[in-house]
Amino acid sequence: MAKPGYYGKWGGAFIPEVLFETFKELNIAFEAAKADPSFWQEYLHLMATYSCRPTPLTYAENISKHLGGAQIYIKREDLNHTGAHKANNVMGQGLLVKRMGKTRVIAETGAGQHGVATATMAAKFGFDCTIYMGEEDVVRQRPNVFWMEKMGATVVPVTSGTKTLKDAINEAFRDWVTAMDDTHYVMGTVCGPHPFPEMVAWFQSIIGTEAHKQIIEYAGKLPSRVYACVGGGSNAMGVFQGFLNTPEVELIGVEAGGLGVDSGEHAARLASKDGSPGVAQGYHTMFLQNDDGQMNDTYSVAAGLDYVGVSPILTDLWEKGQVRFESATDKEVLDALDMTMKMEGIIPALESSHAFAQAYKEAGSMGTDEVIIINMSGRGDKDIFTIAHAYDDPSWKEFIIKKGAGYAA
Amino acid sequence: MQLENYIRAELAKPAKDILLMTHIVLGYPSLEVNREVIRQMVENGVELIEMQIPFSEPMADGPTIVRANQESLETNITVEECMAFGQEMCETHGIAFLFMTYYNIIYKYGVVDFFKKSKSYNIQGFIVPDLPPEEGAEFLALAKEYEIAPILIYAPTSSPERMQTLASYADGFMYCVARKGVTGQKTDFDLEFDSYIDRCRTGTSLPLAVGFGISSREDITYLTGKADIGVIGTATINLVNDKGAEAVGPFIKGLRD
Ligand SMILES: Cc1ncc(COP(=O)(O)O)c(C=O)c1O
Repeated sequence: MAKPGYYGKWGGAFIPEVLFETFKELNIAFEAAKADPSFWQEYLHLMATYSCRPTPLTYAENISKHLGGAQIYIKREDLNHTGAHKANNVMGQGLLVKRMGKTRVIAETGAGQHGVATATMAAKFGFDCTIYMGEEDVVRQRPNVFWMEKMGATVVPVTSGTKTLKDAINEAFRDWVTAMDDTHYVMGTVCGPHPFPEMVAWFQSIIGTEAHKQIIEYAGKLPSRVYACVGGGSNAMGVFQGFLNTPEVELIGVEAGGLGVDSGEHAARLASKDGSPGVAQGYHTMFLQNDDGQMNDTYSVAAGLDYVGVSPILTDLWEKGQVRFESATDKEVLDALDMTMKMEGIIPALESSHAFAQAYKEAGSMGTDEVIIINMSGRGDKDIFTIAHAYDDPSWKEFIIKKGAGYAA
Repeated sequence: MQLENYIRAELAKPAKDILLMTHIVLGYPSLEVNREVIRQMVENGVELIEMQIPFSEPMADGPTIVRANQESLETNITVEECMAFGQEMCETHGIAFLFMTYYNIIYKYGVVDFFKKSKSYNIQGFIVPDLPPEEGAEFLALAKEYEIAPILIYAPTSSPERMQTLASYADGFMYCVARKGVTGQKTDFDLEFDSYIDRCRTGTSLPLAVGFGISSREDITYLTGKADIGVIGTATINLVNDKGAEAVGPFIKGLRD
């Protein structure tokens, strides 16, 4: 029998001993929730009344015509409350926290979307909340820091290591090993020690369940391909689970190509030659690391994809050939974002724009009778500073300079 | 068994009521300084030294040791250099040396190779804080085969049942972390701590080492008679930072005088 928490040879629970009982308790609470149909009903009700679920599936008619190939549908996770798929996971874990009787939540965040979602959940459920965020990401995602603080969370900038997502995860664990009695660690993606990959995938499966139903209803058929960006892999696992039992649907995970997969400046664990098996952050997967096992400093324009590891579930699916992995460069991503805004009036997050970029590369050479889905994991509003900077937008710059001068006066 | 025997033999010596184990982050601030610090430690009676091979993700460590790991890696030190240094120390000093590191370092090195090399140097034990026995089947089997003690960890959160399970896999001694949290913060020794140590004693027949936040003669005095080994980690790193390697000898000597 396979060990719990293993997907092929990937996964596991490499946890410090001090957390053994905490994980035992978490596993028991999670198993009980899975076995209790009223838990999922409560979850669906919460997501319908607090978070606009089911989210729409939008036909991107203009871009489909423009590219002249497959009919493109967009799963609108941006319309979730707080603007990304992260809410699906967070609200679910919030219900679990209530059941476990804990009063404080902590989380890591890269793009800040998971942090904002966690701060929101904590405000709604009355939990104390601390968010760990790499110092580099605090700067990159300033609007999200503002909202987290406004919702009552404490945001702790992490200055160790590479000052990004992996370092925020380490810091969250350091908090947890001290405060496990009253605190739950809301892991933001399908990574980390068991049961997190399974738990987060379970809550995110709501995306795929809806998308499957919607595409049959609107297009009358299954999609040929489904695209999702992959940081840790939670939005991808969410949408893919709706199509894992239909082998005719090809699943494509899109990683951050950064300045190019041959440049060393990227975060493509599976779509480049640079990843290798390792054990870190509590689990066994493919990491971007050197020959000694020291983790590399990854790079992407999208903070949420700028991570050294990837879900053990996705690594297993990749190894078995059930998910194809590709990458999109920063430049391709900004072009795809531009086209999506101009032609569809939709603003995907920089993370999500990776999925758009890959889909646009492929759609034109597909048949017009074919259908594809792009999972739009989140909205781009949070990225306004980064995107404006990347486009070197003159009127935005002028505005910031004036504003700065106003504050300085 | 080998390491346990060494510990028992040391404890049997006159006026040795408690042993000392110190902690070194290899390459921080440099192997040069490590060499001098270890010399001072050994000369002043330390019985065991755990040498940490730095890792980029030291999840179970506090700020001081995190920074030490990071700064060591910034000098581009390699695992191979750390291994060679370990060999040199084993050859130079007649005390027990252990490697402490995170599992990825061993995994990437090759688990079998890591055991083989360490055995040939006469390394006595491994401390790997992110490898619970549930994930360590291969590691624990190799530890038996190569007779290198796998040091497992008790925490204040460990149930009596869990302690028994851990004891069934462990060898050498049991590493009892004195409190929740990461390395480096102060530990308050109180009645709660005493009852925890009692539980540790009940949980295993191995010698008990107590670590996390132990920094003074008072701490060591308090532990004497309760634990078999006091572990000094962050305290000597801070000392070397503030006063240089020369300060280590007198500090170590003062702990049991
Ligand atoms: C909008 C958005 N998409 C994607 C991601 C990447 O995470 P995951 O791969 O877990 O979906 C993030 C993470 O912060 C995000 O904010």
